[in-house]
Amino acid sequence: MLNRKHNPLPGFGLTLGFTLFYLSVIVLIPLGALILRASEISPSDFWALATKERSLAALRLTFGASFIAAALNAVFGTLLAWVLTRYEFFGRRLLDALVDFPFALPTAVAGMTLATLFAPEGWLGQFLVPLGIHGAYSKLGVVIALTFTGLPFMVRTLQPVIENIEREVEEAAATLGAGRGMTFRRVIAPMLLPSILTGFALSFGRAIGEYGSVVFISGGLTSTEIAPYLIVMRLEEYDYPGAMALAVILLVVSFVLLAIINSLERWVSRFER
Amino acid sequence: MAGTVHRSWNAASRKSTRGTEESPWIRRLLIGIAFGFCGVFLLLPLANVFSQALADGWKAFGGSLVTPDTRAAIRLTLLVAAISVPLNMVFGVAAAWTIARFEFPGKPLLITLIDLPFSVSPVVAGLIYVIVFGLQGYLGPWLDERNIQVIFATPGIVLATIFVTLPFVARELIPLMQAQGSEPEQAALTLGASGWQTFWHVTLPSVKWALLYGVILCNSRAMGEFGAVSVVSGHITGRTDTMPLRIEKLFVGFQGAAAFSVATLLTLLALVTLLLKTWLEWRQQRDHDSAQTSPEDSDSATPLDP
Repeated sequence: MLNRKHNPLPGFGLTLGFTLFYLSVIVLIPLGALILRASEISPSDFWALATKERSLAALRLTFGASFIAAALNAVFGTLLAWVLTRYEFFGRRLLDALVDFPFALPTAVAGMTLATLFAPEGWLGQFLVPLGIHGAYSKLGVVIALTFTGLPFMVRTLQPVIENIEREVEEAAATLGAGRGMTFRRVIAPMLLPSILTGFALSFGRAIGEYGSVVFISGGLTSTEIAPYLIVMRLEEYDYPGAMALAVILLVVSFVLLAIINSLERWVSRFER
Repeated sequence: MAGTVHRSWNAASRKSTRGTEESPWIRRLLIGIAFGFCGVFLLLPLANVFSQALADGWKAFGGSLVTPDTRAAIRLTLLVAAISVPLNMVFGVAAAWTIARFEFPGKPLLITLIDLPFSVSPVVAGLIYVIVFGLQGYLGPWLDERNIQVIFATPGIVLATIFVTLPFVARELIPLMQAQGSEPEQAALTLGASGWQTFWHVTLPSVKWALLYGVILCNSRAMGEFGAVSVVSGHITGRTDTMPLRIEKLFVGFQGAAAFSVATLLTLLALVTLLLKTWLEWRQQRDHDSAQTSPEDSDSATPLDP
């Protein structure tokens, strides 16, 4: 696209310089400071901080609930993306616009409204709580909040991919005698798989860092503590090493996920023309 | 919920499916599930915000919006957005120019670094500024001697907000400008335009919708950010509470209706953001379609994903 040796456009030095300066001040130096500070903690202390019972419980809940939420999004997000791209029906545009709602709604508001919905006297809670389903102030609540915030990532990752599937491939499968179910399993599902994994990773990555929506629906109970919440608790106790140990673990997981997502996206782009 | 919705859909026309479409029953079932899921998970939470806000009546609703502490929170939120959004806009334009118009080593790394704030937990985003500027941090004692407060004050809130909203504008502009290519700009330069003229009259008009879209998303997140701001704010009522923090304080203090009243403002902001997004997508689609019919214009589609 731009393989000219002598690029006559001006402003390279200025814009690159400003970009690097701004990134350094806002992102790189502060992140570096965290890593520098955290590296002052000896490995054995770090291990002790990270494997305290309360830290372990919070990390378990964070990763477990994020995994379940991402899995739920993989199922319902794929279904939604399929319905929104393939079918014409009344209300399709409204649903399509609504999918971005969790992304646009501030997390604090999301957490508050979900908490009151599933609370015993809430619109949903009044039916669910008598059945023994506690959607607020419980681990299930954490999953609900994380599913809510992760949904757009799944749907928006899949929609363009479904749109780009060539109908001819499906027609060929049908002509060769495959039923719709078989075509889906053997032809469509394999084409969607890399993107479903990308959406899963994006949704999971969003979920492990999520704080605002969860803090309201978890109700501040010890059994519903997620890692970001515990970081805030540690900070309020001025326990900086405790906060930093958890923060570094979350950062490392985010970076690994980022690398996975990047390679998944390269895999996906092989399927595109 | 799902049942009532897909019944109204019953009369839909039946087309020839040529074996590449699901049977009508499966299709209806899937659409029903989609409506049911979106109804419970998206529509109910939205309606609930307004229902809860009006639980004590319109008068209480209006009253809780004009208390001095809430007004202070609204002012602070507007101030923070007014500083951080323009800064990130300038950054986004500069980053897009350098990435989409020039080749240099390390470009993929730079793109990854620009996206990095999206992968960092908001709480960690707040924590890093506490470590740099807090009293126990690297610069804290030095700043304290000079009576400059960053953490538990507005500068910290602005910094945390800039961090979490940094990628929005750049992300929208980079793929679009890469797809457009630099031929129009090179032509303008050849015809004697200066660098700035080229930017204002050639580049900016061709990316204006994507720029606007990025700014809208950036602003929406800047006004709604909770986690990062919560860590650096110190929660001083009337001074360092932004709207989301004010909402939390009211909610935790058993003033649910008041909390939801303030939340309606942020919810309306989210709805306006969605409306503008839909409108901008429609516009861009239209520009794209007309570009395809007129031969002199090249491909200008851009993916508008979150």
